[in-house]
Amino acid sequence: MSIRFDSVTVAYDGNVVLDALDLTVAPGEVMALLGPSGSGKTTALRAVAGFVRPASGRVLLGERDVTDLPPHRRGIGMVVQQYALFPHLRVEDNVAFGLKARKTPKAEIRRRVAEALEMTGMAAYARRHPRELSGGQQQRVAIARALAIRPAVLLLDEPLSALDARLRSGMLAELARLHRELPEVSILYVTHDQMEALTLADRIAVMDKARLQACGTPQELYRAPANAFTASFVGNANLLPVTVPARGAVLGDAELTLDTAGAAAGARATLCVRPHLVGLGEGPNRLTGTVREIQWRGATHRLYVDVAGHTVRADLPELREAPAHGERITVHFAPEDAVLLAAGVSGDEH
Amino acid sequence: MNTEPALRAAPAHDAAGPAPEPGRTNRTAPGAAGAGPGPGSRAARRLLWALPPVALLALFFLHPLALVVRQSLQPDGGGTSLQPYTDVFASAAFREALWTTVWIALAATAGCLVLGFLLALVIAFVPFPGAKALARFVDVFLSFPSFLITLALLFLYGRTGMANGLWTQATGAAHGPFDFLTTPWGVLLAEVTYFTPFVMRPLLAAFAQLDTAQLEAAGSLGARAPHIVRRIILPEALPALAAGGSLVLVLCLNEFGIVLFTGAKGVTTLPMLVYGKAILESDYPGACAVAVVNVLISVGLYGLYRVVSRRAGA
Repeated sequence: MSIRFDSVTVAYDGNVVLDALDLTVAPGEVMALLGPSGSGKTTALRAVAGFVRPASGRVLLGERDVTDLPPHRRGIGMVVQQYALFPHLRVEDNVAFGLKARKTPKAEIRRRVAEALEMTGMAAYARRHPRELSGGQQQRVAIARALAIRPAVLLLDEPLSALDARLRSGMLAELARLHRELPEVSILYVTHDQMEALTLADRIAVMDKARLQACGTPQELYRAPANAFTASFVGNANLLPVTVPARGAVLGDAELTLDTAGAAAGARATLCVRPHLVGLGEGPNRLTGTVREIQWRGATHRLYVDVAGHTVRADLPELREAPAHGERITVHFAPEDAVLLAAGVSGDEH
Repeated sequence: MNTEPALRAAPAHDAAGPAPEPGRTNRTAPGAAGAGPGPGSRAARRLLWALPPVALLALFFLHPLALVVRQSLQPDGGGTSLQPYTDVFASAAFREALWTTVWIALAATAGCLVLGFLLALVIAFVPFPGAKALARFVDVFLSFPSFLITLALLFLYGRTGMANGLWTQATGAAHGPFDFLTTPWGVLLAEVTYFTPFVMRPLLAAFAQLDTAQLEAAGSLGARAPHIVRRIILPEALPALAAGGSLVLVLCLNEFGIVLFTGAKGVTTLPMLVYGKAILESDYPGACAVAVVNVLISVGLYGLYRVVSRRAGA
């Protein structure tokens, strides 16, 4: 079932936390809402669930306008960061909760609880209480509980944030598998972690400051970000202010060759290039600067190079002879690896 | 900090059998250690600190209690016998007072639990302006003396109270219709009114601990509010309900001020019976016998509550 935000605005005490969001999640699609805290992504999810009421705009599930429906009549599965399992109920009763609330026949409840627990690999734990389970197991139960009511829409609110890193990547694969098994379920996945969004989502909606900044497939956002925030938040790109003469671009005293279609001659623009696409030594687009910082990260070296007053980050395959701190070096990038964005504030550096 | 349980356990260990090794005899019973430095003197000092409270407890609580028990075993005729008890148990007045006490206490407790649960639900989960102020008022209410409520009820529903005044003015009748304050129902009303906040206090604390994400999860799973209250909130509030309910039950069993102030002549509870026997009839052994029974019921109920609550894993 599709999820549609039709110009949804949410405000608390006159404070706009979600500003006229227009977004459609296609049936069976996984849409990630990606953004820093306070960007409005969780508010958008809660508007779909029915826990916040839009000040204006409509929320549609399929053809049905659910804006004025209470949560219990929306038929949505929801999983939150802290699991929110019912502590006094056994795993099987947690999973059966939604079915009992809907007055499902007993035999059907048994069948669907077993099915949901099977699907999440928790069948062996049916008789346990939530406190007897690890964090990852509890999150599986929460997912089973949400799936047991066979929702057409699944809302996941930072479902992996409470888990440690190793468990997180396992659960990520698990979620991808679940979605392959339930291809008709639309999933809205709220996260601040770009890796989760890139791995799992069919499309990513990037949110910041209560607004939708960009929306597209992970590849689109990564290769051709629409704005500086997206370039910085997804893939942590280098953002360098340049001027655009008739052809090419100029950064400091370096003349760069790249596709300047769309940029007016003489205009200021932001050059966006991914750190792992920056190479060491001579090449087509040369930038010369001083090594300010060098970090060894096992498989890679990260260099911070000061070029004409701006920092260029370069992720290089582990170097046999790494440049020294303060050394003057030259880095380069291929013309097709760079994108020109409208001039804006450069993103934060990580 | 870790060594404390071991130290505390040591004297009992040593007392149970011969000291197993020289190293352990250092930690011997506090009395034997003398004034010298070491763990023994520390234990002795700890015992010294325990002395004042124990002495105060004995002086102001245990001693009077013992006096009451002794008095209850010494009939006016002299000697020591169970005569006061057999007299008391044989009297219809006692049996009636016992029944009145128990049923009013049970009914008042039930009323407080239902009313307190509903009010606490509203204060905790229905967002309305002033909910916090109301919750704070519950705390203040707990500090009021019980007779104050009874007085307020007298002003409202007493024979010459406001409700009856309005009625007689409006209808010209000689008497108003409200004449229940001097019946057991009046006592029940006053006790429910006064003791309900005692149930609400622990409930509000429990509700504050409740994860709102659980309530939202239940809602999105298709549960309506009554279903959520019954299946999620109530089970998680059970320990708080048990704590508040047992407290109210014991307090109601021993309530004196409310019964006295309603002026209900027909309502004789055990504390009223003690008062009547001791002050009005000067039957001290009889009064003490009733008092001992009252204390035993209270302690018995408290013990039962502890056993039940431990079974429930609370």
